Amino acid sequence: MQSPLPTFPDQASNFAGNVDALFSFILMTTLFFAVLVTVLIIFAAFKFRRRSEKEVGDDVHGNNALEVGWTLIPTIIAIGIFAWGAAIYVNYRIAPKDTLDIYAVGKQWMWKLQQPNGRKEINELHIPLNRDVKLILGSEDVIHNFYVPAFRVKMDVVPGRYNTMWFRPIKTGKYHFFCSQYCGTNHAVMGGWVTVMDPAEYAAWLSGESGDVNPAAAGERLFTQFACNTCHLANGTGRAPSLNGVFGANVLLADGSTVVADEAYIRESILQPKAKIVAGYQPVMPTFQGLVTEEQILNLTAYIKSLQSQPVPAKGAGIAPSSAGKK
Amino acid sequence: MHRTGALYGQFKTLEQQKDTATLGMWIFLVTEVMFFGGIMLAYTINRHTYFHAFAMGSNTLSLGLGGFNTVVLLASSFTMAMAVWSSQTSRKRLITLFLSLTILLGFVFFGVKYVEYAQKFHHHLVPGKNFDIFYCVNNPTKCEDIDAADMAKEKEELEVAAKADPDLNAHAQLYYSAYFGMTGLHALHMVIGAGLLFWLLKESVAGKFNAEWNNPVDIVGLYWHFVDIVWIYLFPLLYLIDRHK
Amino acid sequence: MREQTTGPAPQLPEKHYLNATYGIRSWLLTTDHKRIALLYLASVTFFFFVGGFFAMMIRLHLLTPSGLLLTPDQYNRMFTMHGVAMVFFFLIPSIPAVMGNFLIPLMIGAKDLAFPKINLLSWYVYVVGGMFTLWAMINGGLDTGWTFYTPLSTVYSNSAVAPAVVGVFITGFSSILTGLNFLVTVHTMRAPGMTWFRLPLFVWAHYATSIVMILGTPVIAITLGLAAMERVFGLGFFNPAMGGDPILFQHLFWFYSHPAVYIMILPAMGVISELIPTFARKRLFGYHFVAAASLAIAVIGFLVWTHHMFLTGQSTYAAVAFSFLTFIVAIPSAIKTFNWTATLFGGSISFDTPMLYAFGFLGLFLVGGLTGLFLGALGVDINIHDTYFVVAHFHYIMVGGAVMGYLGGLHFWWPKITGRMYPEWLARIAAFTLFIGFNFTFFPQFILGIMGMPRRYHTYPPEFQIYNVMSTAGASILAIGYLLPMVYLTWAAFYGKVAGDNPWPATGLEWKTQSPPLTENFDVTPVVTWEAYDFHNRPDLGLDVPAGKGSPVVAPAHGDD
Repeated sequence: MQSPLPTFPDQASNFAGNVDALFSFILMTTLFFAVLVTVLIIFAAFKFRRRSEKEVGDDVHGNNALEVGWTLIPTIIAIGIFAWGAAIYVNYRIAPKDTLDIYAVGKQWMWKLQQPNGRKEINELHIPLNRDVKLILGSEDVIHNFYVPAFRVKMDVVPGRYNTMWFRPIKTGKYHFFCSQYCGTNHAVMGGWVTVMDPAEYAAWLSGESGDVNPAAAGERLFTQFACNTCHLANGTGRAPSLNGVFGANVLLADGSTVVADEAYIRESILQPKAKIVAGYQPVMPTFQGLVTEEQILNLTAYIKSLQSQPVPAKGAGIAPSSAGKK
Repeated sequence: MHRTGALYGQFKTLEQQKDTATLGMWIFLVTEVMFFGGIMLAYTINRHTYFHAFAMGSNTLSLGLGGFNTVVLLASSFTMAMAVWSSQTSRKRLITLFLSLTILLGFVFFGVKYVEYAQKFHHHLVPGKNFDIFYCVNNPTKCEDIDAADMAKEKEELEVAAKADPDLNAHAQLYYSAYFGMTGLHALHMVIGAGLLFWLLKESVAGKFNAEWNNPVDIVGLYWHFVDIVWIYLFPLLYLIDRHK
Repeated sequence: MREQTTGPAPQLPEKHYLNATYGIRSWLLTTDHKRIALLYLASVTFFFFVGGFFAMMIRLHLLTPSGLLLTPDQYNRMFTMHGVAMVFFFLIPSIPAVMGNFLIPLMIGAKDLAFPKINLLSWYVYVVGGMFTLWAMINGGLDTGWTFYTPLSTVYSNSAVAPAVVGVFITGFSSILTGLNFLVTVHTMRAPGMTWFRLPLFVWAHYATSIVMILGTPVIAITLGLAAMERVFGLGFFNPAMGGDPILFQHLFWFYSHPAVYIMILPAMGVISELIPTFARKRLFGYHFVAAASLAIAVIGFLVWTHHMFLTGQSTYAAVAFSFLTFIVAIPSAIKTFNWTATLFGGSISFDTPMLYAFGFLGLFLVGGLTGLFLGALGVDINIHDTYFVVAHFHYIMVGGAVMGYLGGLHFWWPKITGRMYPEWLARIAAFTLFIGFNFTFFPQFILGIMGMPRRYHTYPPEFQIYNVMSTAGASILAIGYLLPMVYLTWAAFYGKVAGDNPWPATGLEWKTQSPPLTENFDVTPVVTWEAYDFHNRPDLGLDVPAGKGSPVVAPAHGDD
């Protein structure tokens, strides 16, 4: 593996194979055209080289059939490449259900990562093999980017909003991750290692020594501290909808539309409660912009997620009928 | 390039020269549209995101002063158009008269703008360390120019807005950043326009403009109308949308 | 053309624009588009070597994984100032403000641009903007990246952001004024008979470029204006801590800065469209298609900007739409490449230096353009976005494309600009050196990108070293390749062999006047009766047109007189 002229890194995630396949396809296609044009140019330069000082070339204006041909053929190929690329991207942007959620916060110039059970790591990430992993990314200062070359995935980490990325590691080992959005002085050292472990090993590692509080538990405390619990009653009789089972469900809004209650929706609801009003409720919730930190929002989100398994009250959950019925 | 009479050396005919100058001014105005477009986009997006703070910002502006200035600018566009017409029909006295009126109206606009800016300064509504959207409500004695009824209304509106947006002050500051940015940029264009008008006035007093030679009046007129139109967009954006709602 | 044996050696004309008046004032207050072009030539060359110096420091530093000679802050300043100097002060003004300025009036048979004073003003605006930015570079430096992303630039950076941004803001107006001048000039100043479809493609390319300049530049101006205000007065449009949105900055920034790529490459394409027909002695294949492709690039180029932002978390659907448009904007460039290649067939090809640059352009632009397909494909972009693959890709376009076109054009028109010929063999050696040095420098960076090395790293894991060493080695060759033309072109301007009016010979109107031209360009306003690149109906060129070819109306059937 230690070739003197290395190229592709390991293919260690579910995306790697497909990304590399598309890469190779584009490489072959473009190589074909590059070689074709280069050979034509060299051939023409030799064949039609000037033989006498005052010679002129042929008097040709052009050829419409050729023009149409070399417009249409590249267009068709380009659309093919586009479609393949778009398919991978859409798959990448829409995470599957039931992921292992890891919170990642970037700050100049380090990464703080937190496992679902609360175990925190700095510039290290341990994840189990063959499990869908979702990173929920937040930034405390400038824009960063979380990039794992061996997984072929990256995503910007933008202050003031959440981004998510997901992947499924398919090969155990230790892989680099980098910050790939320039973020100031020590941008180049703002990286670390992702360790992919066998699930059993991971479980052992996870239960190892750690004094960190589980984010859902911390979120539960905040839920009381910010008095969220005074309106969001679990039994659905409060001034605000019950949050039991809301996470991941479709929420019916006052304007008749529905929205999936994901991390971004919860974040928005905390910071700008007026943006999306649940059907049947008044816009009475104040915003918490400037009152909660990024980490606290993450904790609150983890708590709301933990309510997913709680019994959903018959009334007052704000969940769209179809998905409520399924539950 | 040498100049022969009114004709610059790079042109063959006066007609070509006039077409060129007019086209140049139109293209310049296209760049101006893109220029103002950027800041208007930023304003619109923020207005959407921070609806309460921006509506509150609009409420603190004086509709009377803004409306008066709109009328003043429309009138100045009329006098400018008359100046262009006078030059095309060689009415030399009228050119001078209408140019003077246009300048006068421009200065009335500046005067009103000065009053507005000074008011905002006294009310602590200039973005920066001292910015405080609650200043007048909390210190009514310092803002005696606001009458009691308006003050009560403002207090009520502020209470509602502050409930909806706990970071109201920061977001209202965004509104005022946009307000000063857009009106300041507009005022800068007016200052440049006024400078051009003074130059036209000097030339017209010297009797330089007539039916054959009136390019400068024509293209400065285009510019002046454009600056006017920018205000026609700024006025509703800043003063009118969702006022007291 | 060098073997010209008949007739006396050409002499420099007695009176031309260079000796019309003397003294520093006659240059600093000139309204002659040709002199202004030379003022621009001097200033963009200065910034090219400033940017080149920073590039050399970057490459030297990256020889070893831990970095050779700079601290992280110094390194960050180097790559930022390299980008700012090269993009805003060299690439954007280079071909338009130097060659466009010099040639557009000559090519359309006008005495000057439509607004000569505004043309001079644009140079002063450029210089003032340049001064601000230079001052920022010397006094505190700049470490935000040339993209000035907020909130890094507006809140967190400890460098001279405000003066640098103000400098770029000011320089933008120079670009607006140049674009405005070109557009109006092409519309209203064409000589009799110079119809739209007789215009050289160089003019078409500049027309398209000017559209981009006047529509895009004001947007970056207001954006950078707001960013500067934010830095100085603490406004919050782009600062998330104050409720602003850093992604809005990126949208506004790329709305200009993506089309700006076409400001850099379209004029170079224009140059290539002149070089290939001239040195193949043949009409450009598919003239109308190449002209239309320029306009298509200018228009579609405005609709692809968020492909720089695929991974900011923007809407998935927006990303898909913009990826599609990105593939569409590649098509006009492909059309041009095919047409240039087809022009060679049936031509009479010579290998003078400008043609070597044209071949170099074709090869490098091909690589640069095709690697764009990798980045436009969303699935692959997830991996190689913000890696060295991107760095290599845009250097192939910007340096391999734009700079090759710039140098090719400079050699081609040097006899027109100075009246004297550059030394041919030295120039050929320089062209080869550049081509080899360039590929050595930037090809390894593609592989670095595939391996996953992110951009803007002052230190890197050891597995990336081998390609960094190659790249640095190539950069040293490249540096020699750039110094050579600077030295011998300057020498040739004073001591080169006198070239004559039309040494190649070429068909454009600029070659119908003396070299160097008169201040007024032409003694008598020319009347155009021929299409661009028509070698067959131009007996004045003195070429052997085979019997039966060429229009008998204009030239006698035997074509030789």
